[in-house]
Order: sequence, then structure tokens, then C-alpha cells
Amino acid sequence: MGFKNRDVISINDFSKQDLLHVLKVAKELEKKPNDGLLKGKIMAALFYEPSTRTRLSFITSMEQLGGRVIGFASGKVTSFTKGETLWDTMKMTENYADVIVVRHPLEGAARLAAEASSKPVINAGDGANQHPTQTMLDLYTIQKVKGKIDGLHIGMLGDLKYGRTVHSLTKALSHFNPTFYFIAPQALQMPKSYLEELDRLKIKYYVEENLFKVSDKLDVLYATRIQKERFADPIEYEKYKGVYRVDEIDRSLDNTEHAAYFQQAANGVHVRKALLALVLGKKE
Amino acid sequence: MTKELTVSAIEEGTVIDHIPSDSTFKVAEILKLESHGKIISVGANLPSKTMGTKGIVKVAGKSLTKEEVDKIAIIAPHATVNIIKNFEVIKKLRVSIPDSLHNTIKCSNPNCITNNEESDTEFYVISKDPLKIKCHYCERVMEKEDIRLL
Ligand SMILES: [Zn+2]
Repeated sequence: MGFKNRDVISINDFSKQDLLHVLKVAKELEKKPNDGLLKGKIMAALFYEPSTRTRLSFITSMEQLGGRVIGFASGKVTSFTKGETLWDTMKMTENYADVIVVRHPLEGAARLAAEASSKPVINAGDGANQHPTQTMLDLYTIQKVKGKIDGLHIGMLGDLKYGRTVHSLTKALSHFNPTFYFIAPQALQMPKSYLEELDRLKIKYYVEENLFKVSDKLDVLYATRIQKERFADPIEYEKYKGVYRVDEIDRSLDNTEHAAYFQQAANGVHVRKALLALVLGKKE
Repeated sequence: MTKELTVSAIEEGTVIDHIPSDSTFKVAEILKLESHGKIISVGANLPSKTMGTKGIVKVAGKSLTKEEVDKIAIIAPHATVNIIKNFEVIKKLRVSIPDSLHNTIKCSNPNCITNNEESDTEFYVISKDPLKIKCHYCERVMEKEDIRLL
């Protein structure tokens, strides 16, 4: 499927070939920044809730390719869209922009936005549902650090129950013959529906409570921060910290060459540049 | 057939048969019959060879829309729909759960855009037995217990 005019709403809409293609274009743009590629193009960034990191990443990506940015960040929403529905705002914005990036606190908002807009829409996060550019960026980082994506042993650590990024990345990696290790206390383990899906796809996985039992098997450890609020009982959180040595992992990783997360910001720009260029038809 | 006489026959219209007894009134509700001016008979807890007990809803002068048939399929997956002309069944069909459900179901996710902004609802059936559906918008997977009809 071609990418021109395509919406980027959910990682579930992308095949293995699609994902590899995005990564390939991202790599090209990283090697050879194509400064004027999107000259004359306008990206609208409609952020209905704050996410400074994601917003700056999209704006930087567009500007580095020579395009311009309009839109609003939350707080200024009212002056731009006073009392308007998302649908109406999209209908208005499509007159001004060539591509529209939407961040919204409600799940499904990006899909509805895409249905309203004749211009391509990129989902920059819709509530607890999807954040596909984050997932593509995670794949890009893994590919860059490991030199491949296929056949890796991947540990997922942290809040696996509610972690949107974990769910999306699990889904995306399922195309690449992985072995998963889901490492979390029972209360925060992967939802059953995801494990059933892996069973159906005949993908190997292990459910583990203790990181140190499996750490020597892992090629990649994808760690998400546990939010204290997830624990009803603060004592449970302290126990969790004890067992998983949260702070210790944080600190010890900072000093190793394995920690890829400092590359994430730069990688995010390469991937988002690739997507913008693809949906605007400036890259094949 | 003698058993069926417990609910009076109609000359022209629709008979929905083989409804699980406890879903009989829900089927009647789906058809929004409050203001229907012609004969309506509802029979519940009728003996059935295959189901133990069953419900039947007969409505004179009514044919069903696709949305109505889809809704009935969700709560009464083994129901049959008989179309009656001149007191005779001219067509008998079994309901079946379609592959997608348009404006039939309310999403169970309170944070779904469809519950917060005026929009259609759309669900994909990912499994028919047990019934599992996925919201086209928020991607939540719902099982039979979570399903509320619109
Ligand atoms: Zn929904």
C-alpha cells in the first residue's frame, strides 16, 4: 500500500512491509537530511492536551524538512476552537494544512479526526489507545542498536497492564519472530487478551516476576516507568520497588552502552520526518 | 405447531422465534413497539424441544431493518425470523451476527470519542462464539457482558 495521503492512526493498520519501509526512509533521512523536501508544505499540530516532547519532535521534524507549522497547544485551545467539535475543527483545519497531527485525551479521537479530514492525519496519541509514531520510533531504535529486529529476545518491564507503549510495541514486534519476556508483578502483567493473541500467532513468551531470572537471556529490555498511582496501597509500591529495584535499574543503566533512550529524541525526529515525507508524497 | 397457538397468529408481518426466554422482552424493546398501532403478541417461557423454554415475538405489519436484525442476533443468536403473508410463513431466516456492526452498539469505554462527541459507532466482530467485538475508534475489545445496544 502506498503511503501518499495515508493516515497514521494505529500500529494495527501497518504491515511488516509498511513498518520496514518507514524505518528505511527514516534511515535515508538520517544519513542525508533533505532540508528543502517539504518546502511550501504546512503541518497543523492540534494538541488538545500537553505533550511537550511529542509536540517539539513533530515541529522540529517539519521545520528541518523546510515546512511550516500552524496549530495550537493545549491552553490556547479555546481561542482556536472555541466550542467547536473535533469534527468541525478538522474540517476547518484541512483548508489551511497539508497534513494534520492530532493529540487528544479521548480514545478514538484520531480515527474520527481522520474521517473528518481529506488531508492525511497523524495520531500523536489518543488517550490510552495508540501512539503509533512512538512505536515506530521504538522499532527504529531497536534496529539501530541491535542491527536487526528479527528473532530478538525482548524483555518488557514495568506497567504492562496499562502501558500503551508496551502494548503497541508488542503488537508491532509480533511481525518479527520475537521471544517475549513479560516482567512485572502479577497485578501489572500483560492483559490476557494480548497473551491470547500471541498464542494465536504462535509467538513464544514467558511471564516472569523477577527480572534477574531472565536478564541474561535478553537482547533488549524495554522498561516503562511504573506510576505510583497505579498502586492503591503505598506499601505495595515500596515492595514493588524493592523486588524490581526500580531506582537501581534506572541508575545502573544510565552508565552502560546498552541504554538507548538518550538516542530516542533524535530517532524520533528521523522517524517523524520519514512519515511526514511519505504521507505528503515526497518520498516513495 | 399447536404450541404456537398460545400466541395468536397474524395475517401479515414478522414472527421472531427461538428467542432465549430471558431475552424476549429485550427483543421487543429493540423493535421499539411502544407506538406500533397493529397487533403485537409477546410470548415468553413457552416450551421448546431444543431450548427448554423460549420466547416468541409476533408483530403485524412490520418488516425488520438490518440494524434491528443485527441487534437481535447479538442477544438471541439462535433466533429465527419468519416473514408472514396471508397467515403463512413465506420466508424463514436464521439471524446471524454480521462482520461489522454499524450504529447498533454503544462503546463500553467512557473515554471513547463516540461517547463524548456526536458520531456513529462501528464495531468489528472478531469472534462470534464467544462473541467479541472491537471498537473501530478506541479499539477496545468488548465481550458479550459489556455489550449495550444503542
Ligand atoms: Zn470505543
